[in-house]
Amino acid sequence: MAENTTGYRYYLTLCDGPTCMQKASRTMRETLERELARLHLSDKVRILVSGCLGMCQKGPILIVNPGYAMYGRLTEEAVVRIVEEHLFNNRPVLDFIIDEDHLFNKFYRVFGDVNFFGKQMRIALRNCGVIDPESIDDYLCVRGYEALAKVLSVMTPWEVIAEMKKSGLRGRGGAGFATGVKWELTAREKSDVKYVICNADEGDPGAFMDRSAIEGDPHTVIEGIIIGGYAVGARNGIIYIRAEYPLAIKRLERAIAAARAAGLLGQNILGTAFSFDIEIRLGAGAFVCGEETALMHSIEGHRGMPRPRPPYPSASGLFGKPTLINNVETWANVPVIILDGADWFATLGTKTSKGTKVFALAGRVNNTGLIEVPMGTTIRQIVFDIGGGVPDGRRFKAVQIGGPSGGCLPEQYLDTQIDYESLTQAGAFMGSGGMIVMDETSCMVNIARYFLEFTQDESCGKCTPCREGTKRMLEILTRITEGSGTAEDIVRLERLGALIKRASLCGLGQSAPNAVLSTLRHFREEYEEHIQHKRCRAGVCQAMLSYAITDACTGCGACRKACPVNAISGTQKTLHVIDQKACIKCNNCFVTCKFEAITKS
Amino acid sequence: MNLDATKLSELDAFMAETAHKTNSHSYVIAVLHKAQQLFGYLPREAMDYIAHAMNIPTAHIWGVATFYHFFNLKPVGKHPVSVCMGTACYVKGAKLVLDAIKEELRITIGETTEDGIFTLQETRCIGACGLAPVMMVGDKIYGDITPKKAVKVLAQIRKETV
Ligand SMILES: Cc1cc2nc3c(=O)[nH]c(=O)nc-3n(C[C@H](O)[C@H](O)[C@H](O)COP(=O)(O)O)c2cc1C
Ligand code: FES
Repeated sequence: MAENTTGYRYYLTLCDGPTCMQKASRTMRETLERELARLHLSDKVRILVSGCLGMCQKGPILIVNPGYAMYGRLTEEAVVRIVEEHLFNNRPVLDFIIDEDHLFNKFYRVFGDVNFFGKQMRIALRNCGVIDPESIDDYLCVRGYEALAKVLSVMTPWEVIAEMKKSGLRGRGGAGFATGVKWELTAREKSDVKYVICNADEGDPGAFMDRSAIEGDPHTVIEGIIIGGYAVGARNGIIYIRAEYPLAIKRLERAIAAARAAGLLGQNILGTAFSFDIEIRLGAGAFVCGEETALMHSIEGHRGMPRPRPPYPSASGLFGKPTLINNVETWANVPVIILDGADWFATLGTKTSKGTKVFALAGRVNNTGLIEVPMGTTIRQIVFDIGGGVPDGRRFKAVQIGGPSGGCLPEQYLDTQIDYESLTQAGAFMGSGGMIVMDETSCMVNIARYFLEFTQDESCGKCTPCREGTKRMLEILTRITEGSGTAEDIVRLERLGALIKRASLCGLGQSAPNAVLSTLRHFREEYEEHIQHKRCRAGVCQAMLSYAITDACTGCGACRKACPVNAISGTQKTLHVIDQKACIKCNNCFVTCKFEAITKS
Repeated sequence: MNLDATKLSELDAFMAETAHKTNSHSYVIAVLHKAQQLFGYLPREAMDYIAHAMNIPTAHIWGVATFYHFFNLKPVGKHPVSVCMGTACYVKGAKLVLDAIKEELRITIGETTEDGIFTLQETRCIGACGLAPVMMVGDKIYGDITPKKAVKVLAQIRKETV
């Protein structure tokens, strides 16, 4: 986009997010370049790569501008035709065009513009998929670093803070603390050294918003951090990012280097008295390090264990200095608020929750990917209008929001609005923005067990309620899923859960029981079925399954040989049978059978 | 075990870079990352070496290395196999895939096959939830995987490696 005036006939945007890359967007690019060269179009067409466009299901994706034609599920053959018919003969290839009214193609129509009335609205992700994340020029073309220039030239730090407060922006990392207030608290501290941290640890299993935001538009995050540094009077910024995100790390490194070279980082930024620089620190795979005090211990080179607050980081944070810590998405909102104004920002969303929220929509839903919606959007709109509902004609059962700290909401809660208070009230949690849809093939007891296994595994072990309590809860849940639960187990779970929530040191323990408590609240009958009738209605819990052999059996004897307890009998070429009493439900026969003659229910 | 001299000098160079920074001890995790990148895992000797060079007790290094999942304390196989157990993959049947692989390779999580070809790991969300369930072999991602497909892929890789 940087060279919009230089006589290119077409601009192509090719997605190279992780999903598309795996679907071979690289070879697409080679084919594309080869075909363009063949038709002598190489200097008439500019190819841009973009981060994840959020439509992973239909990738790899190619967008042709002007005219906004979006091609999906690209194959080499499709690329050849697109070059020949569209780019050479100016006739879009209708066969490959995606024109469904889903996800983000609503607001993509004008380059970088958003359809105000669509269900989605992109603020934090406004440039993702629009600009080349590795080009600072591209970012400058979409008013990049203009907010920084404005702040440094005409606003005092206190004016910046006042603007942030007025915008009503709240932290997107989970708890939703008012961002402006946090900035003010840090700014009020007197200290020669202060730190600003960007929390890019994103430990929620099943969420990748922060990763995509950084991969798609690293400069926005960097600009936000610099503005934060100016507002609170810090000279040092640190981005703490998980080591599991190599591409995001690479993009950040490049973006920081480019910003430094452009005089936007380093000594005397833009010729002012303000100096600031950013350093990247890598995590090493510990969920608890997303918690702010644990994160700071990790940066200091220690085991990432949380400590009690207060003192809050704003008073005593990294290396004991006043520290401002915000989430990636929170930072990405900052330049927009400065440029378009807090008044405008505050018109978006609900009374208590302003702006938009990014979600990673995944699981049993037709359109998986990244979405950004205004606060106040209902869960139903997200799952059914944007997500396109549940595939394979199955029934929606629950949506899990907020990752391991969050909870599962059933159908009756589909009309719940997305805002901090409503979600908490319903028994879920805004969290970082993972949203996993489940249908009737998911067993809610099993899901609760899954999350508890996660938090139990990730518990750092420092405080007893979390370390021991989650272990006991996990034992009880395991017992229930294995068919040996008792009626008192439900009471035990509730009591232990309440206790762990109250007594744990950090947010990990305080929220660990949520998965269990929310499923107990909304899906209690499933627990009771497991306990009283030894029945798992979703057919997930192995111990409650029964295996049977259907007429499709050819009598080959493979399952008989695979069975470790000789529970299968039958002679060659006749229908085999399973002795239900002897069967230990090891699943061996099911895996072995080549004729799909074994069923489990 | 003796550590490779060229790798050690690369590690030395990296440590020298961090040594003059403020709060230089805080870079111990970065140094461990570097060591793992060089040696494939964190050998006991490397940790001793770092402790000595950075003037930090070995116990502290050991404590840090064991706290974080990312660090391997044992050598890993030629092809690390990791099955994503993130929520999206889990609800789409990742557990069944993992079970099938365990059976096929006859190892459990964290172990390496006797022939040193595969190490089995589980990861959490690699950000390809749109393709769930997902398995990674090395840095190659296999999406929409089923137990049968997974076993087939591994058999193929084993054939190519041997
Ligand atoms: C167990 C646990 C994990 C967390 N993980 C993350 C995370 O991955 N990313 C994040 O930004 N915040 C995470 N947080 C929240 C941080 O502690 C902190 O509140 C946040 O970074 C503040 O930024 P914000 O005000 O912009 O939300 C986590 C909190 C807890 C208790
Ligand atoms: S949950 Fe497996 S890739 Fe996200």
